[in-house]
Amino acid sequence: MSGLRVLVGCKRVIDYAVKIRVRPDKMGVVTDGVKHSMNPFDEIAIEEAVRLKEKKLASEVIAVSCGPPQCQETLRTAMAMGADKSIHVEIDLATYEKMSPLHVAKLLSKIAQDNKVDLILLGKQAIDGDCNQTGQMTAALLDWPQATCASSIEKTNGDIKVVKEVDGGLETVKVKLPAVVTTDLRLNEPRYATLPNIMKAKKKPMEKKKPVDYGVDIDPRQKVVSVEDPPTREAGQKLDNVQDLVTKLKEQGLLTS
Amino acid sequence: MFRSAGYLARSVSNLSIKSKPQILRCADNSSRVIPSSCRSTAASPEPRQEPAGKTLPNTKKEASASAQGESRSFAMNLFQGKIATEQVFPFPEVLDDEQKEILQMLVDPCAKFFEEQNDALKNDAMEKIDDTSMQGLREMGAFGLQVPQELGGLGLNNTQYARLVEIVGAHDLGVGITLGAHQSIGFKGILLFGSPEQKTKYLPPLASGEQMAAFCLTEPACGSDASAIRTRAVLSDDGKHYVLNGSKIWISNGGLAEVFTVFAQTPVTGPEGETKDKVTALIVERSHGGVSHGAPEKKMGIKASNTAEVYFEDVMVPVENVLGGVGGGFKVAMNILNNGRFGMGAALSGTMKYCIWKAVEHASTRMQFGSRIDSYGAIQEKIARMTMVQFVTESMAYMLSANMDQGSTDFQIEAAISKIYASEAAWFCADEGIQILGGMGYMRDCGMEKVMRDLRIFRIFEGTNDILRLFVALTGIQYAGKSLKELQKALKNPLANMGALTGAATKRAKRMVGLGSGLSLAQHAHPQLNDSAEKTAKAVEQFGATVESLLMKFNKNIIDEQFVLKRVADSAIDIYGMVAVLSRVSRSLEQNLPSAEHEKLICEVFCDEAAERIQQNLASANSRRVHKNFDTLTKISKNVVENGGAFQVHPLGY
Ligand SMILES: Cc1cc2nc3c(=O)[nH]c(=O)nc-3n(C[C@H](O)[C@H](O)[C@H](O)COP(=O)(O)OP(=O)(O)OC[C@H]3O[C@@H](n4cnc5c(N)ncnc54)[C@H](O)[C@@H]3O)c2cc1C
Repeated sequence: MSGLRVLVGCKRVIDYAVKIRVRPDKMGVVTDGVKHSMNPFDEIAIEEAVRLKEKKLASEVIAVSCGPPQCQETLRTAMAMGADKSIHVEIDLATYEKMSPLHVAKLLSKIAQDNKVDLILLGKQAIDGDCNQTGQMTAALLDWPQATCASSIEKTNGDIKVVKEVDGGLETVKVKLPAVVTTDLRLNEPRYATLPNIMKAKKKPMEKKKPVDYGVDIDPRQKVVSVEDPPTREAGQKLDNVQDLVTKLKEQGLLTS
Repeated sequence: MFRSAGYLARSVSNLSIKSKPQILRCADNSSRVIPSSCRSTAASPEPRQEPAGKTLPNTKKEASASAQGESRSFAMNLFQGKIATEQVFPFPEVLDDEQKEILQMLVDPCAKFFEEQNDALKNDAMEKIDDTSMQGLREMGAFGLQVPQELGGLGLNNTQYARLVEIVGAHDLGVGITLGAHQSIGFKGILLFGSPEQKTKYLPPLASGEQMAAFCLTEPACGSDASAIRTRAVLSDDGKHYVLNGSKIWISNGGLAEVFTVFAQTPVTGPEGETKDKVTALIVERSHGGVSHGAPEKKMGIKASNTAEVYFEDVMVPVENVLGGVGGGFKVAMNILNNGRFGMGAALSGTMKYCIWKAVEHASTRMQFGSRIDSYGAIQEKIARMTMVQFVTESMAYMLSANMDQGSTDFQIEAAISKIYASEAAWFCADEGIQILGGMGYMRDCGMEKVMRDLRIFRIFEGTNDILRLFVALTGIQYAGKSLKELQKALKNPLANMGALTGAATKRAKRMVGLGSGLSLAQHAHPQLNDSAEKTAKAVEQFGATVESLLMKFNKNIIDEQFVLKRVADSAIDIYGMVAVLSRVSRSLEQNLPSAEHEKLICEVFCDEAAERIQQNLASANSRRVHKNFDTLTKISKNVVENGGAFQVHPLGY
């Protein structure tokens, strides 16, 4: 069999258009009855994996999601976009809410080994926790090379050439396979799941697993003390001219002499 | 970070999913129901609607099955002054968990497509659907929503279809009609009446959108009077083909379609050897040869939808392409239209949500005379009324689609009511929406002007609302007449029919002394809606009594009393609206939905106002004074027609 086996992480997150509300008990945010969808960076990762497959560079695309049963909807979407099969690691909501990137990284690394994966594609971060850690930790656990924040991915022989946007310009990283790559916004524009493909996705295989199946302990190591709304911005002041501005800045000690 | 950075165009789009209409859909087209159909057939089209994915048996028997037995339709029974609750309480729900899950997965991508890829104003300006959009629709699977999956479609049932076309209706009615003319009427006949061979041959390329379909009934000389068509098909000498000749006008997709459902007169020999022309439905392929079409018509609205004349010149149609039996064409046509109407209600409830969203967006930001205009009563009444009619339309549409999915076969009155109500409510919504937007609403870029133009046709095609009103009234009256006839029969042999007689007699006696005959919805509606439930029950009772008295007064001449029939139909429409809303809001209260209290307000006002309208309409149906006005109106009309227009002497004398 030629081509890579690609594992793609697909996290179910609160939809980006939803206005986030803090729970009255301040132990998290309101998720009940709130629209969820696939983490946009993961959508980009799936799209990239499916493109690799369409270019015959990948042989199989496996989508994985860890979390409550509703994650299966996210996986169906991934399969409707073109993933061949999926793995749902079911974790009840209460436990899931306390999970951290390290837990997910442990699960992903086991799954990658179990499935003899050559490439793990993950979003650079999820838009809920904004941690930007899972990819890096997964690579470390597997002792695989990593290339983060990809804005282009190219396969060259046994290597993967990844370009990422950095402040000064573009940085090119070459990694040997197997490897972990995380995706940035401008890597691609994910396709729509078409209705016929959504129907077909219903027939694609979805494995159901538990963390214990991978021998991963997901007990929390940290405790949430409190979740707060960001402070509301205080009203500013309109100044008539530059002179006033300079004076004010000096008054505040933000500008010297 | 992602959130604050904002995410491409999508965040905008998705916002709109929530704040904006979640609506859409496509509609159906054209039709006609002729008065003669109201008279003769018990107008019991026999939809062989079945759960999606199954094939429908080709049948003749079912028509009589529902015609003979007692109808379970709420609207039918209404005409006998009875409340048949089975189909309306509790609010029917048909989707199982899996169907719900599938639908949920389909809604978002479908909405996204219309928000991000399809440009309604561009399509309108080009007077065609943009090629990439068209390709997108094909890939989306939008051309075969109800075609069984084995034949390349999505296999959706009516309720699922309704939800998706709601999205189409919210965004682009031109696309809606293109899709609707294709699947709601164009090839619906094959889905409903096709043989297994016809289905396997035609449905796959139609479902994928590789081929388009059209429904060809209307001709220059006959619109509403569909049984009078002149297009003819005559058996060839070798008996292998029908030779088709004639022309059709205003055919949606006429210039694009490869497959046509064509209605033509064919000579049929009766049992006594006499030959008579009867309507037969034929599946005609453009590739049969001899099929051509005219230039796309220039229209007021739905410009993106192709409308064209279609000509048939010695087209050789294989005899295997007869659909629904030789001579069975009229029934096929009526069934197709009847089965498609629910979609219009759903699509237009999407359109209305869009209008409401636009109006609210403006009213809540526009300042005049120092206040936001949504603080003024004049604007508040508009917004509330728009909301109310949208709610009624939506409730009717999903009640109907659920009844159809439950296998109901006599929903023709409900379907007609839902089409009439939806098309008029949508027109009202667009009109008031534009009024709220003021001059802005009149501007093209605002988007509402297009909606208004697009909407006008919905009161005309698929059976004009006027003809459908006659259909509603006469179908129901005919059903009521049956029970009256039985009563008369029973009167001839009073002893043997004591039971029937006492029942009817007490009912009437109670009515005469002003006591209710005991009709009640109290045990079905939520207790918080008691008042509305009482008004509804009372309206049903008055309605039944009025129909009965009209039948006694006019007997079968009632068919010529169009002024009266219109008022009967309007009352039936209002009553169906009341019951749909009552049932839906009862469920909302029971399930404690977040919007339950708001819905309750809608229910209260709608039922109160509807009850008043009904009372007035029913009173005028029987009032000597009003009948005199009817006669006078007839005279005025005659005078004007005779004089070729308004002919009164000008106030200035010249
Ligand atoms: C954009 C567009 C798309 C269309 N698409 C299709 C299509 O795909 N396929 C197709 O077959 N047709 C199609 N039609 C035709 C459409 O269905 C007819 O226009 C419609 O049925 C009305 O027929 P008509 O225009 O001949 O009006 P008529 O039947 O001539 O009616 C004119 C007026 O008289 C009233 N009237 C007629 N008879 C009576 C009566 N007995 N009592 C009281 N009032 C009466 C009507 O209500 C109406 O107000 C389309 C039309 C348009 C404009």
